[in-house]
Amino acid sequence: MSAETSASAAIIEAVNISKSFGPVPVLFSVSMDVRPGEVHALIGENGAGKSTLMKILSGFHEPTSGQIRLDGEATDLPPNGAAEQYGVVLIHQELNLAEQMTVEENVFLGREVTARGFLDRASMRATVQGYLDEIGLDISPSDRISDLTIAQKQMVEIVKAVSRNARLLILDEPTAVLTEAETEVFFRQVEKLKANGVAIVFVSHKLAEVKAIADRVTILRDGQWIDTRPTEDLTPDTMAQMMVGRELSDLYPPLHEADVDAEPVLEVDNLYAPGVDNVSFLLRKGEILGFSGLIGSGRTAVFEAICGLAPIESGEIRLFGKRVGLMTVAEARDLGLAYLTKDRKEKGLLLDKQMRPNLTLFALPKFVRNFAIDRKAEERALERAVRRFDVRARDTAITVDKLSGGNQQKLLLAKIMECDPKIVVIDEPTRGIDVGTKQQIYHFIAALAAEGVSVVVISSEMPEIIGICHRVVVMREGHITGILSGDHINENEIMRYAAGLKREELH
Amino acid sequence: MISAPERHARKPSRRYALDLKTLGPALALLLLCVIGFLLNPAFVSEGNLTNLLTRSAFIGIIAVGATFVITAGGIDLSVGSMAAAISGVMIIVMNNVVETIGTGVATVLLGCGLAIVLGIGAGWINGALTTKGKIEAFIVTLGTMGIYRSLVTYFADGGTLALNFDIRGTYRPVYYDSFLGLPFPVWVFIGVAICGWLLLSRTAFGRYCTAIGSNESVARYSAINVDAVKTLTYVIQGLCVSFATIIYVPRLGSASASTGVLWELEAIAAVIIGGTVLKGGYGRIGGTILGALILTTIGNILNFTDMISNYLNGTMQGLIIIVAVLLQRSDWRLGKSRKT
Repeated sequence: MSAETSASAAIIEAVNISKSFGPVPVLFSVSMDVRPGEVHALIGENGAGKSTLMKILSGFHEPTSGQIRLDGEATDLPPNGAAEQYGVVLIHQELNLAEQMTVEENVFLGREVTARGFLDRASMRATVQGYLDEIGLDISPSDRISDLTIAQKQMVEIVKAVSRNARLLILDEPTAVLTEAETEVFFRQVEKLKANGVAIVFVSHKLAEVKAIADRVTILRDGQWIDTRPTEDLTPDTMAQMMVGRELSDLYPPLHEADVDAEPVLEVDNLYAPGVDNVSFLLRKGEILGFSGLIGSGRTAVFEAICGLAPIESGEIRLFGKRVGLMTVAEARDLGLAYLTKDRKEKGLLLDKQMRPNLTLFALPKFVRNFAIDRKAEERALERAVRRFDVRARDTAITVDKLSGGNQQKLLLAKIMECDPKIVVIDEPTRGIDVGTKQQIYHFIAALAAEGVSVVVISSEMPEIIGICHRVVVMREGHITGILSGDHINENEIMRYAAGLKREELH
Repeated sequence: MISAPERHARKPSRRYALDLKTLGPALALLLLCVIGFLLNPAFVSEGNLTNLLTRSAFIGIIAVGATFVITAGGIDLSVGSMAAAISGVMIIVMNNVVETIGTGVATVLLGCGLAIVLGIGAGWINGALTTKGKIEAFIVTLGTMGIYRSLVTYFADGGTLALNFDIRGTYRPVYYDSFLGLPFPVWVFIGVAICGWLLLSRTAFGRYCTAIGSNESVARYSAINVDAVKTLTYVIQGLCVSFATIIYVPRLGSASASTGVLWELEAIAAVIIGGTVLKGGYGRIGGTILGALILTTIGNILNFTDMISNYLNGTMQGLIIIVAVLLQRSDWRLGKSRKT
């Protein structure tokens, strides 16, 4: 992409920005600049200071020292999103749209066009339609936000920003929740924005995407500025190394040879459930079984049905050789089967509670003595979990919404492991977390399998499926299209089964 | 591997804020007592304080139940009507068994047992409609509120149901007599409060209520039987209404369409003043008790002074509720690091 943009003057410059929260410094004299029409990626591990820097660039935080220059002039950005007036807009990961209102109403929220005191819907609709056409988004201004996909909602946020003359869009992990196809559409739309001279800063943990879309990359580590470089000088590997400051050759742990004769612990035959269409498979003791496929292919639905979170229509499930019917989540847990959700914020953790009640919630009966919760035992469990899973919080009394994504994920893992499951289903084990934590989680999964625990990994990230699984089940539209093992586990094969180009005759 | 320290945490101010939040209702009650004493020293007479505690018992006991319902993210508007309906049925049944069982303790025990069964049943209906019927708690209990209220009017034929005079004699001590210097209703209140406190803050069930109110999906994925726990909170609420009714009936010995009117709002107000969050996820029995005492104390002080008309009782209570919530929110802001 274009290195020529470097000639144009920066829209925004952060000069020697430092930031402390109370006594805790999180950014140390970081500088970066963003030029018109450039896509500037901001990468670093969780806790490296990316979010803080983004919030400073958009006025949500005030720097402790250092300067923000807008078009070359030192400016104090107003707080709470008022920096919009300068054309600087931060788009949060948790989108900020009124779900029950239409696209058009959302875009014009707070500055509705009126004619003679009444809303001028026709003109607003036309304007919004214009923006949608321009960006190539195939939705109608009168669509309700709640009916849109996440990718579309994200684009509506961007349209909203652009309609307010945004010159600099700061996007917090825009692709974290998108499928590959959606990501591609999103990137095409980003290219259009670029062509119009909009500058984009985006945070992502997906380094291949950074390589594909960004013009320049700024790397942060532990609150320090490490480097800013044109993307063509970097590969995903070098980026990862700069983020963690060491070689990452051991991202995936060495895979123990799976024992093909190990006893089956979970056998599923002809399972039918909502979104699941005649699924049969087998999981052995100590095996890591991957579930791959496109988003919505029924991977999660299979295990929600098995673990008692969704109804089963028909089919047979045998757990450790014994036939089980429809179980409650608690019954599944007591039999040694646990499911770890991919949606840690909505289904995994109580964000407004501290770490201790979160950790013990799933296995709470274990902590009951004489009808009361044994708080001492809970405290001991928390200490153990913090050590075992390396959960980093400065203070165990903080509520978990203040933990970084990676630490939340480790806490969630600890919560599920608290009941010592024999079979653990981990849905998207590393969504939205940094490379270092990913590595920890992979090693942890491998160690579990080595101890004889069976692990199911549902993942949309092909490299991790390939990197840690003994066998891989590929799903498409609710049924299994192939079960791969050994050398057949590669991106090409998986993709062909997932896309429906190839289908194995099972049984 | 991840060496940057976690950000955002500001423990000292948070602790401080938490203390303010916990102490707030206690300070408010203390302040009210001081005001009461200054206005009329007779406020702190033993007789008045006993009276005050006894009066608090009804709302207080019901509010303990409401704390569970609200903590688990629900609401029960039917408690006042439920109390009226239970009183009505109790009185009718007790009056009708006079010829077979007589007017002794057995009849009263039968009435009390019936009240408990009815309370549990009514609570279960609210719970089942909310969970199995998947109707919002507000709507379910708005419906049952109307039903119970009209039933008592129907039973009383628009007038008053009076308890048999002799049974009233047997039953009377339950409201009017004391044990160790405290009237029975106060003992019941203390008992319910202690049980409620243990249940909410010390048991797995209490933790489950909090988890469900905080985020129902998380609770479901954490192996919690959400429907059962929620239903149980309504059953506890019903049981609390039964206890309140059992000590209320001997007070007047009658029930009518105006029995227990607005109790639901007073109970909810006590819960909120006590610091429980209306949308669920955080509940405090201790606060609820203080909330109930605060509400009764306001009425009591107004009785004691000519400065403000007794008719403005509702105004004062309303003001206290609004101020209490405002204060709690500013504490919350003070304690939390500014969130963006």
